[in-house]
Formats: sequence, structure tokens, C-alpha cells
Amino acid sequence: MFVLAITGIIFGVVFTLLIYAIIKFRRRGTDAGSEPAQVYGSTQIELAWTIIPILIVVVLYLATARVIHAIQDAPESATAIDVIVIGHQYWWEFRYPKLGIVTANELHIPVSDPANPTPTFLKLLSADTDHSFWVPELAGKTDLVPNHPNRMWMDPQRIGIFLGQCAQYCGTQHAKMLLRVFVDSPRDFAAWVRAQQQPAIQDASVRAGRGAFESTACINCHAVAGTPADGRFGPDLTHLMSRTTIASGATENTSENLRLWIQNPNAIKPGSLMPAMKLSDADLDAIVNYMETLR
Amino acid sequence: MSMNAITISGVRLEEKPWVDTLHEWLTTVDHKRLGILYIIYALLLLIVAGIEALIIRIQLMHSHNNFVSPQVFNRMFTMHGTTMIFFVIMPVLFGFANYLVPLMIGARDMAFPRLNAFSFWLTALGGLLLYFSFLGGNGLYGAGNAPDVGWWAYAPLTARAFSTGHSSDYWTLALLVSGFGSIGTAINIIATVVCLRCPGMKLTRMPLMAWLNLVMSGMVLIAITPLSAAQIMLLVDRYLGGHFFDTQAGGSAVLWMHFFWIFGHPEVYILIIPAFAFMSEIVPVFSRKPIFGYPVMVAATIAIAFVSMSVWAHHMFTVGMNSYANSFFTITSMVIAVPTGIKIFNWLGTMWGGRIQFKTPMLFSIGFLFQFLIGGLTGVMQATAPFDWQLSLSYFVVAHFHYVIVGGIVFAVFAAFYYWYPKMTGRMLSEKLGKWHFWLFLIGFHLTFDVMHIPGLLGMPRRIYTYEPVRGWDTLNLIITIGAFIQGIAILVFVANLVVSYFNGAQAGNDPWDAWTLEWSVSSPPPAYNFAFIPVVASRRPLWDQKHPEDPDSRYE
Repeated sequence: MFVLAITGIIFGVVFTLLIYAIIKFRRRGTDAGSEPAQVYGSTQIELAWTIIPILIVVVLYLATARVIHAIQDAPESATAIDVIVIGHQYWWEFRYPKLGIVTANELHIPVSDPANPTPTFLKLLSADTDHSFWVPELAGKTDLVPNHPNRMWMDPQRIGIFLGQCAQYCGTQHAKMLLRVFVDSPRDFAAWVRAQQQPAIQDASVRAGRGAFESTACINCHAVAGTPADGRFGPDLTHLMSRTTIASGATENTSENLRLWIQNPNAIKPGSLMPAMKLSDADLDAIVNYMETLR
Repeated sequence: MSMNAITISGVRLEEKPWVDTLHEWLTTVDHKRLGILYIIYALLLLIVAGIEALIIRIQLMHSHNNFVSPQVFNRMFTMHGTTMIFFVIMPVLFGFANYLVPLMIGARDMAFPRLNAFSFWLTALGGLLLYFSFLGGNGLYGAGNAPDVGWWAYAPLTARAFSTGHSSDYWTLALLVSGFGSIGTAINIIATVVCLRCPGMKLTRMPLMAWLNLVMSGMVLIAITPLSAAQIMLLVDRYLGGHFFDTQAGGSAVLWMHFFWIFGHPEVYILIIPAFAFMSEIVPVFSRKPIFGYPVMVAATIAIAFVSMSVWAHHMFTVGMNSYANSFFTITSMVIAVPTGIKIFNWLGTMWGGRIQFKTPMLFSIGFLFQFLIGGLTGVMQATAPFDWQLSLSYFVVAHFHYVIVGGIVFAVFAAFYYWYPKMTGRMLSEKLGKWHFWLFLIGFHLTFDVMHIPGLLGMPRRIYTYEPVRGWDTLNLIITIGAFIQGIAILVFVANLVVSYFNGAQAGNDPWDAWTLEWSVSSPPPAYNFAFIPVVASRRPLWDQKHPEDPDSRYE
């Protein structure tokens, strides 16, 4: 805000002077083609408009340096939530090392009470190209660079759903690498954590779907905790139904969308790295049914 | 175009067949012809890159639009950026420098005419390579054609794992080849300015146009080299098993960023300093006063050149440098605003107390001053690292740098066209079409780039081919697109003006603007040898001295 005010004032002053000069010193009919006084410069004026900006810059810089230090060098408190964020082409993997949770694309964090803060500290990694984690209402962005672990933190004071997305161009579907952050009340967050810590629900009525899932290449990329599926190339599906969106926020998590997504990912997200598996209709329906039990 | 200023009455030159004329142009080593070739080449690619921009804007007109596929969209913004920077703005500025610097310092040609031709053809070949990728980039079936890695081509997106086919190679080779062209031209400008000034033209009497191009050329030598080195390293990575930037084999993505931006930020000043040069020639003439604070203008330019070498990592505030590095690049980026501000104040000082004539070149110059002021101030905002953590990589940045590049550099280039076209062709550009061009372009520019700041503040990242309707960015993007089309129409008016005036424009005569530098002392267009007799100068404004012998500048300097 301070920066905005200063640049605003500079803008106002110089803008006014320019307008004044343009109106005041235009050529008029009465000049009869004569030349104005030829002025070559003035050392005093030059000094003035050199020194004043230097002073402004010094003040601006000192204010900025304090903020940079306060944000970047903030110590991590014992009550902080730890999350490892791994950027993939074109989705987000979230791992909570202290809580033993793995999920994707939708981040749940607790709201932070100023009296008893529970900020979230993110460790940012990349599995492939550069990405950038950006949820404008919660924090500035920080890049996820391969071989270059980064860190950032958020201290949300308000409950709600906050939309964000990848900000560093990462390939074909950079645009649909969306992400949403659910800032939950402490009680909701605790409930969410408990649910996520459970292994996948084993529902005998969808045995056919599970069989189809585990006998195709699906499990090379996807994991379902407690089953042979342990791929890590794609999002963890253990609690797929707890998420409101699929395909990294590209579409809502409904039966029809899920079916379309499994059948032909390019219809929803052209250029996505999930292949169309050319499943028979029966297998497709069975797998969708199976997925829908993964709450 | 007349080759000879000295004509013998009664003798009619025979019309040459067009093949001879073409041959002359292709093999020319005349700095004026090469200058014009640079400019025409830049104009052609301006149209191409402009069409790419319009494709981008149509796609973003509303959310979930399907005008082009994401793959095509990514190629379009990569090609638009690469073309505009390397094959439109650089060549057009080199073109004007080539044409004008020898004339302004009283020389008969550049120091190395053959190197000059070689440099131009290298640049031309670079652009050809870039666009050949549409045909040749498909190294494998379906591997894509034109480059789609963004104009700064961050590693590891350019590694072979992520960029199959040859599209990235064409991008690399295009920049490598045109980079050598730029270095050649820079050496040439330096040698010309240092060695070929006419008698009396001390360094302190040189037109600012020559001074600023000298500084710019020095920067080219320093800035293009790391870019070329990085391109060679990238080729080694891709074809010889190197691991400079290949993160999967332990290479460093951040290393590429440093290499690219230590070129990329000085590059911005390489582009804007010649624009400053145009301003410093045009504003005084249409204010009817000498430039205010000539020595300070030179000093400020050199200061900008120095400081600009130490600001590059402000493009990398989000990359995760430590707080000391971020603070350092914040202060250097803020400091560069000081000499830049001094320049704006000095142009204001030049206009102050003058008798301003609002001819088309001056209109574009005034547009430049306002827009550059705003672009500079949004630059200071982003120099502040915490601000940048929000604004970087968003449409706010896109708006900011287009404010500087279009609102600043392109406006200055248009001013230069209207100002020097009469010298180059012997015909005036139409003032009426010029004013249409100016106002249409101004309105389109502000519709597009003023509005573009807002989606950035609302969280719209750059380089996305579509966005979700729930974000509420639709209306803003529609306005931006409408503005882009108005700019497109303005460019058509400009091109029409260039063509129509070439055949039907009013005769310019030697000195249509009542100006003061040496290029206006010779015929329009100038003869091949420029000056029948090498002029001798006694001040910064030799033609003022000639026109006002009772009150010459030489008395005061």
C-alpha cells in the first residue's frame, strides 16, 4: 500500500506537469514562427530531480526489505501444519508427512486463530517441469522447480474455499492445472484428517470394477491405499469421492464427468497425460462404480 | 529511389530492369539500403506477430473458448513473444540506427559495410529458421511444429523429454544466428561512432541518437553473449548428452533462468534506449528548443546501462532465492528508476517554455511520455519483491511490459517513422492518416493494456489458453480483445499510409521539420555517398548555427 501511495503521488505530479506543459507551451498563431528562448539546462534543477528520487528510493527500499525479511525468514512454529506440494504435469500432489495423508489438487488446511496460530508451511517440489503455487487470496506465489526445493507459508484467517492455479507455464495443459484450498474450521479439519487416514473402503458389490481397475494399466499411475494399486505418476485415488473436482479442477466430480474422463481424457483436458484406455462399456461402467465407492 | 543527387541536365538515365534493382538491393552494402531492409523485414514480421497476438486474443475473448487448441495457443504466444522481441523490435531499431547514425555524425557509411550486410542477412536467416519450424519442427509425427515453450523457454521444458521433435531446436538456432547478427551490428555501430565522426564532432557534440545507440551497442555485446552461450549449452544438452539444464540428470533449471535473464533484462534496455534516442531527437525539434540537460541525458543513459546489468533476477523473485538476494535485486531495480526518471524530467524540461507543434511525430512522442511514465511506475511496484510475489507471472506483468514495449518503444518507433520517412523516401507521410493512426492506436492501446492490469490483480496467470467462467474474467478479457482489434486496424491505417504516401505524398525537400542535425542538410533521400563534402560542425545543432548565424549554439557550448 505504501508503495502504491508513493508511485501514485509521483504519477499525479508528473502527469499534471506534462499536461500543463502540453497546454501551456503549445504553438499559437501569434508566435508568427518565431523561436522560443533557447534554454540548454540547469544544474540546480538536475540535481533536484536526481536527489529527491534517490531519497524516495531509499525509503521505499527500507520498507520493502523489512517485509521481505519478515515473510521469507519467518520461523516455523511447532503448531504449524506441514504439507509437501509436488507439481506434476498438470496436477498437484499434496502429502502431509506428519499426518500420513496423500491427496491431490484440493488442499485442506485449518483456519488460523491469531491468538493461537496454526499456519501451514508448504515444501514445494516438482516431479517434472517448473510450476508455481498461487492462491492469490492466501499468499504470494512460489515456484516449484525440479532439483530446487522451495518453501512458503500461509496463515489463513478466514474459513472458505480459495481458488488458485499453476502460475508458471508448465506445458500443454498449464491452463487447467487448477487448485483449490479449503480453509476449514479446526473441527472440520480434524474430521477430514481422520477420514483421509482410513484405508480405502472395500466394497464387495463393486468387485468387478476393482478387478478391471487392477488388471489394466490404471494401477501403473494411480494408487489406492490397501490395494495392489500403488502407482505414483497420477493422483492418489484412495479418497477420490471426498474431492469436489477431478482432472485437477478441470471439471466437477460427477458420475458423468468421471465416466467421460476415464473414457476420453482429451474431451475434458486436451493434452493431459492420462491416456484413453479404450475400455469396453462394461468395464468403463464397472470402474466408474468402483471409483464412486472410494469415499 | 534516386541514387544520384548530382544529375546532369539533358541526360536521362535509362530505366533498369527490375531484376537489376532486386540484385542491387540483395547485394547492397550501403548503410541506408540495409537500414531500409531491416525496417521492411521488421514490418513484415510485425504483421505476422500481430496476427499471432490476435489469435491469442480471440481465444481468450471468453471463458472455455475453443477457437484454437491448447497446443496451438502455446505456439502462438511463444512465437508472438520471440518474433516481436528478436525479429520486429530489434531489427527496426537497428534499421533506424543503421540509416541515421552515419548521417548524423557526418560519415559516408558505417565503418564495416560488408559486416553490416552480413549482420542483416544473419538476422533475416534467424527469422526464417524460426518460421521454418512450422514446416520442419515435426521431427516425429505428432511431436508438434512451432516452438511452444514460451519466449524465455525455461528448462527443463526444453529438455528432450518434454520437447520432442525439433521445434525447440529451431527456436535455439534462430536466436543463436540472429544473436550473432546483433553482435555484428553492435560492433559496427561502436566502430562507426568512435572512428567516423566528422571534423568538429566531438563526443560532447554528438547527437543523442548517436550517443544512445553507442551505449545500446555496448550493452548488446555484454548481454547477447550469455544468451548465445546458453543456447549452445542447450544444444549440447539436447544432442551431445550434456546435463547443464537437464534436471532429470541433476542439471539446474535455475541456471537457465540466470543465463536467460542476465540477457533478458539488459535486453529490455537495449530496446528502450534507442526509443529514448528517438525521443531525444524529436521532442526538441517539435518544442523548438534544444534538449534540456544534454550532459545529464548522456550520463543517465550510461547509468541505466550499468545498473541494468544488475537487475536481472527481479524476474526470479518467485523462484525461491533467499531474502538477501531478493533484497539486493529489489534495490537495484528501484535504483534504475532514478536515471530513467531523470530522462522523463529532461524531456519535460525540453518542452517547458517551448512552442510545441502537434505534428504526428510529436503526438506519438507525447503518447510515449505518458505511457512510459505509467509503465515505469508499475515497474517500481513490481521491483518490490512482496508485490511481485502476487503480480509476477500474472496478467499484471503482461500489461506492465506491454505498456513499456508498446506504449513506450512502439510509440517511439512510430514517431520515428513519421519523422524520418520523409528523409528516407523524399515524401511526407500523410498527416491526416497519421492522426487517424495515432488516435486509433492510442484508444486501442489503452483499452487493451489499461484493462489488462485488472485480471492480473484478480489472479489470472499468463499463458493460459482458457479460464473458468466462475472467476469472472470474461468481460475484462472481451474488452482487451476489442482493444487489440482496434490496434490492428490502426496498424492497417499505418501500412496504408506508408504505401500511399510513397507514391502520392507531398515532396519533403531536404528539411521538412526545420530541424538541426546533419541528416537534414542533405537531399531526401540522401545520395549514396551521403555528403559530397564532409561537413564541419561547431556545435550540437549544426543546422541551427547555419540558420541563425546571429545567435549560434557554438557560442554557448
